[in-house]
Amino acid sequence: MIQIRIHGRGGQGVVTASELIAIAAFIDGKQSQAFPSFGVERTGAPVESYVRIDNKPITTHEQIYQPDILIIQDSTLLNNASLINGVGPKTKIIINTSKDKSIFKLKLPQKNIYTIDATKIAMEILGKNIVNTVILGALVKFTNIISLASLMSAIKEKFADKNKELIAKNINAVKLACSL
Amino acid sequence: MNKPQILEGSRAIALIIKNIAPAVISAYPITPQTHIVEDLAKFKADSQADYEYIRAESEFAAASIILGASATGVRVYSATSSQGLLLMTEVIYNIAGMRLPIVMTCANRAVSAPINIWNDQQDVMTIRDAGWILLFAENHQEAVDQHIIAYKLAEQLKLPVIVNVDGFIMTHSYEPVIIYDTKLIKKYLPDYKPTTGQYLDPENPITLGALVTPTNYMEIRQELHNDLIASLEVINKEYKNFKKIFNPALKITKLKNKNSIESGLLEYYGPKNASTILIAMGSVIGTIKDTVDNNFKEKIGILKIKCFRPFPEKEILQVLKSAKYIAVLDKSISLGHMGCLASDIKAICTGKISAKIQNFIVGLGGKDITSNIIKKIIIEVRKKDDKTKFIGK
Repeated sequence: MIQIRIHGRGGQGVVTASELIAIAAFIDGKQSQAFPSFGVERTGAPVESYVRIDNKPITTHEQIYQPDILIIQDSTLLNNASLINGVGPKTKIIINTSKDKSIFKLKLPQKNIYTIDATKIAMEILGKNIVNTVILGALVKFTNIISLASLMSAIKEKFADKNKELIAKNINAVKLACSL
Repeated sequence: MNKPQILEGSRAIALIIKNIAPAVISAYPITPQTHIVEDLAKFKADSQADYEYIRAESEFAAASIILGASATGVRVYSATSSQGLLLMTEVIYNIAGMRLPIVMTCANRAVSAPINIWNDQQDVMTIRDAGWILLFAENHQEAVDQHIIAYKLAEQLKLPVIVNVDGFIMTHSYEPVIIYDTKLIKKYLPDYKPTTGQYLDPENPITLGALVTPTNYMEIRQELHNDLIASLEVINKEYKNFKKIFNPALKITKLKNKNSIESGLLEYYGPKNASTILIAMGSVIGTIKDTVDNNFKEKIGILKIKCFRPFPEKEILQVLKSAKYIAVLDKSISLGHMGCLASDIKAICTGKISAKIQNFIVGLGGKDITSNIIKKIIIEVRKKDDKTKFIGK
């Protein structure tokens, strides 16, 4: 079983990101589960969401304490040391930052850390700082846990009631992030 | 349709309600039930559904509206949580007393004060004694299935049913689930036809909920009680019928443990003659299964109560007869006494089961029930002490 934990702030699409991963994994033919940990629902407050992917049905409803993959949508959240609780030597971390990964003093092999300036891409392509789809492009590239084709299908499915332009922009953002 | 999709629990429930096709839906939005009723309102607004959707000014009104609509002989639906259910309470008792075949979803949530929007099962315990059939679902598929079965039971028995789903844990999570199409549903659940003389019909005038004097009140209450007890058999029968119709079309995989017992009332997962048995309701069962499968080679059994009212005494005792240690996990508490499920289990075991029965209060107000908590309970229940314990981490 692969366990993914996503950290971000309210308004950044943390919950949607987990749902997109679960939908994409399901399209890939796997079993998956996604759920949020809601705090007080307001823009800017720290938010967590969780995804599990497996080849057999997933029964547990426990939150994720030992992630295989950790996604940090806002690097300022790393100022809180407890954010990386449960991270082991094999955990892969994806961080949204414009800075070099060496500045993050994480007790992890450098090869397990992947950074992307998702905010810049989101501002350029989407026109706002909603980084969730961009960072999922990075997830595909860095971990291959879901396929790019399934992620694009998941975006079309999840955003079905949004306008076509928004879907196209998000798909472009994912493709760009995946090609870096 | 009739194939697995990955959906939010609320969306799955809304879709199956749309396919069950009630004539009237009335609700007032409250977290964590909100997504269910938002989806149902949207289906109506998008002309995907024919029901009347009435957004009420409160839960008291929503419950009253579905009571009135049901009394005119049509299929109805509502959903609520926590304070919303509490505000409905007076109407909830009336619905059962009037023998109206209403189905509701309760997205279980903690009760104020302090205010808390997260999951536990305290809300539904406040209407435990009202005369409704109370079902609890472990996962999305079970929730979908139970809603269909609920209408079949309600309309046949003239008893209302609440399907309980853990707030957030189920309502806001994505999981694979099959949403059956209307054609398949109708093979099991035909269009609702009220019984002549039992609904408000100008051609056959009757009164519902009239004043009854001491001469007859007790007899009527006894009849409601007896009918609820008798419904245990019907719940099992209708569960079997459901499986017969829906399983072959869907190729549902069986539980992997061959000693498992599965009925409309409960599910037992584990070996025969387990010395330790854990009992619980709702989504926590999935976490217990995962914890036991991954950590314990010894004989541990898991008893899932799917039907809490009427209480399946005989079936539970059958499962528990060989156990030495029984842990009852409650997401609610009768303050000043013990967990609501535990007190029922202790009551039916008196004089019949010699095992040690211990109550563990878990997950109140959204506290995550971790696999470490389950492991701790398995160790604790084998100790001598039998006090009710709150296990928070």
